[in-house]
Amino acid sequence: MPLPLSADPTVKQLVSLARQSQISRRAVLSGASLAAVGLSVAACSSSATGGQAKPSAAADGSASDKTLVWANWPGYLDQDENKKSPTLDAFRTQSGLDVTYDVAIDDNNTYYGKVKDQLALGQDIGADLVCLTDWMIGRLIRFGYVQKLDETKIPNKKNLTPTLQNPDFDPGRTLSLPWQGGFAGICWNKEKIPGGLKSVSDLWNPKYKGRIGVLTEMRDTIGLIMLENGVDIASKWNDDAFMNATDDFKKHVVSGQIRNVKGNAYLEDLKSEDTIAAICWSGDITTLNGEAGNKWEFAIPSAGATLWNDNYVVPIGSKRKSNAESLMNYYYEPEVAAEIAAYVNYITPVVGAQAVAAAKYPELANNQLIFPNTDTLAKAHIFRTLSPAEENTYNAAFQAVLLGS
Amino acid sequence: MAFSAFAPSTVSEQAPRRKSRVALLLLLPGILYLLLFFLVPLLSLILTSLQAPTVSGDIGQYRTAFEWQNYSTAIGQYGGQILRSFVYAVLATVFALLFSYPLAYFIGVKARPYPLLQNLALILVIAPFFISFLLRTLAWKQLLSDESAIVTGLKALALLAPDAHVTGTPVAVVFGLTYNFIPFMTLPLYASLERLDLRYLEAGNDLYATPFSTFLRVTIPLSMPGIVSGVLLTFIPAAGDYVNASREFLGGTGTTMIGNVIESNFLVSLNYPAAAAMSVMLMVAILILVTIYVRRSGTEDLL
Repeated sequence: MPLPLSADPTVKQLVSLARQSQISRRAVLSGASLAAVGLSVAACSSSATGGQAKPSAAADGSASDKTLVWANWPGYLDQDENKKSPTLDAFRTQSGLDVTYDVAIDDNNTYYGKVKDQLALGQDIGADLVCLTDWMIGRLIRFGYVQKLDETKIPNKKNLTPTLQNPDFDPGRTLSLPWQGGFAGICWNKEKIPGGLKSVSDLWNPKYKGRIGVLTEMRDTIGLIMLENGVDIASKWNDDAFMNATDDFKKHVVSGQIRNVKGNAYLEDLKSEDTIAAICWSGDITTLNGEAGNKWEFAIPSAGATLWNDNYVVPIGSKRKSNAESLMNYYYEPEVAAEIAAYVNYITPVVGAQAVAAAKYPELANNQLIFPNTDTLAKAHIFRTLSPAEENTYNAAFQAVLLGS
Repeated sequence: MAFSAFAPSTVSEQAPRRKSRVALLLLLPGILYLLLFFLVPLLSLILTSLQAPTVSGDIGQYRTAFEWQNYSTAIGQYGGQILRSFVYAVLATVFALLFSYPLAYFIGVKARPYPLLQNLALILVIAPFFISFLLRTLAWKQLLSDESAIVTGLKALALLAPDAHVTGTPVAVVFGLTYNFIPFMTLPLYASLERLDLRYLEAGNDLYATPFSTFLRVTIPLSMPGIVSGVLLTFIPAAGDYVNASREFLGGTGTTMIGNVIESNFLVSLNYPAAAAMSVMLMVAILILVTIYVRRSGTEDLL
């Protein structure tokens, strides 16, 4: 005879908890065996299919599974003294979702290297929402590694800045949404270079030989040099335009003018004063000044800056797409976006956030690096999406310079 | 094979000839382990190194093929970096040996009457391992930066040109390699010097050999097993090291070693065949060099 369910609510809760844990244990077990099969299949088939077959999206289990894992870059979410995010905590309470914020990304390439095999097989990568840079999103979309977003679940998408609504890698934004953006420009140490710098060419002044840093992000470093050479990086330029800029770059690397080429670690070089001027990202300099004394200044070079965005996507294997969509919708509320912008010092893609910030943080509302006006935006250019063949060739050419070959 | 050099140099007794099923059974886990985690990855590496791009030519897409040209292309493009890796590794090994031998001699021979001192010195040699080697290398980057006390001090003493810098140069990379591998050199040297029978040295003295010639003809030959294993333990990982020479640590664009080329091709350019071909070449080159070295140092009987 089956035992009648107890009427005591605590017991009921316990029983349901126990059931949940059973389900999740089974899920884990099947997940483990699937992963094992997947690994062996991946080992055999990755070359056979050549990655041409696109994986299909996982079924959405958001209705029963109230969890969400969000993978993002360091320093990219507001934080209070207790290292907690007020906006994310508010979302947790409001939505009832158990959100895990995972600072798992510190480089587009490394993160891609970590998850690409699961993506190719359409498996869960352990994150339901990831924020990656434009060009990487372009690659993920090309390979069919992301899920289509349901617009009805993200009504706040109407707040998306018009200029970001139709990027060439995702017209109409059906698969991705911007999280934060920023400029790549030039910065310098005000104590060492009191006169400041105006253009990328100023970095090549022999006075600063061996004290210049540039970024490993090809589209920012080469993009700025191309702009300096008079190329509109958003237009359909040809191989020569890229290769000329790469030759310039190589010349300054070989001559020793450029001290080093780095990713996020370029900030350490600025701090230790190995470099006194650099190609750098706008938000970092605001943060660095806050951390280590007001010593650095950022400027948009006279020939223009590059503008990039990091975008949310839902990986193809995620079973919690609706949960992810409700989080995206939440962060597209102007009030919430204003909080993020005020903390991370990058450009918010949300219209209306500036007005909110103007009331709450008047000193930020006119900061052109956080809330750029149309004049500033006119000086910022998005590096166009590369064709597969171009991506291969240009990457190889750029890496060859970094490797000194 | 090479690592049997760590075994005591005295020839062990012949094992009983009787076939033992128990011995086979005991070997089984080891054999399975090697099959699964060495042989299979090695085969997969060799297969990858022969892959060719797919028709689409998109980044990171390759198909099974027999594209042996991957090897010649890699040598043509990165020959300089391959050579540099071995030059740096040899330099680091030589410097590590020069630093470690006196150190190991002191701990193993001179400090023998004082066990406490001996143990303390050994702990000091091992102590750096308590901190992650990445952190220690990062710390050196900071210590050798342009505005650091070391570099400004050297400049003030005119030992360094006013516009010179240390990080990002070959000096910094070889320094980093030497520093990081010194314990791997010191410990095997210590292990063999610690067993050095001092009566041999006395005998040398009695036969009117100078201390130097005793050292050359008695001490060094007797510590040869330690030297061989120390050199192998330093040279092999140093040649493939990609941390010290990395641009994020002590290196620059002009100090790239083979490990950095492999990393960049694997993670950034997604050129898996090139990365695999370089890995195979590194492995083969190390095997050849080590074989030559071991034969030359007249220590085949150690292996």
